Amino acid sequence: MNLHMDMIRHRNTLVARLVGELDHHTADKVRIMLEDEIGRGDCRHLVLSLESLQFMDSSGIGVILGRYKQIKLKGGKMVICGVNPQVYRLLEMSGLFKIMAVYENEATALTELEVAL
Amino acid sequence: MNQPGRNFMSLQFAARSENESFARVTVAAFVSQLDPTMDEITDLKTVISEAVTNSIIHGYDGDPEGIVTISALIEGDTVTLSVEDKGRGIEDVELAKQPLFTSKPELERSGMGFTIMENFMDEFEVSSELGGGTSIRMKKRIVSKTALYN
Repeated sequence: MNLHMDMIRHRNTLVARLVGELDHHTADKVRIMLEDEIGRGDCRHLVLSLESLQFMDSSGIGVILGRYKQIKLKGGKMVICGVNPQVYRLLEMSGLFKIMAVYENEATALTELEVAL
Repeated sequence: MNQPGRNFMSLQFAARSENESFARVTVAAFVSQLDPTMDEITDLKTVISEAVTNSIIHGYDGDPEGIVTISALIEGDTVTLSVEDKGRGIEDVELAKQPLFTSKPELERSGMGFTIMENFMDEFEVSSELGGGTSIRMKKRIVSKTALYN
């Protein structure tokens, strides 16, 4: 498996850090892990940290959109951070920034999220 | 085949998702002789990943018995990639090329594969036959360093 994910909780916000390559092969694992964690009662918001992501294709966009819908159904907010230029281009092409805020790093994302709540 | 600046490779593998990263890395390694930038390498890896994923998910519907063939041709400073399967084919290619169109929304497919291929490459062509398979051909000029092509 060439993808690893760390999940950390800050109260009702889940921070998920992706490390490695997010493609069709690894997307299922990420989807299932995030789906489970978001499904827990007290988890409302999601910060997806892509700082250590080395590769992503459109399968990643599918997973991100899927979690966005899940979080939205729970009345929460989802933000992304640590996006490298290649991933940025993909997200922009897919129109993701129209629905989701992007921040430089986890700390900023968490601060902004708390301010916005 | 003995013109300077011309090189070719072809590769066949089972339509299994494990092979997506294998395909990306192999094409990147082959194209590295053109001394591309990191951005160019990432573009090529991404389009190969998109096309191979399409063959696996849509062409063969997840059947690992399917075979995907990829090839790369270097002519001067230009690389031509092709990705072929003998799967079910695409019913309406023009519809499939629309951004965000997907025939498998239940699998969380974003519908961005063809849009990405079109955007990241200089030329992009799909030919498909229902029941016969799909073939993608795409071209990109590696503009960064053209030392090999003199």
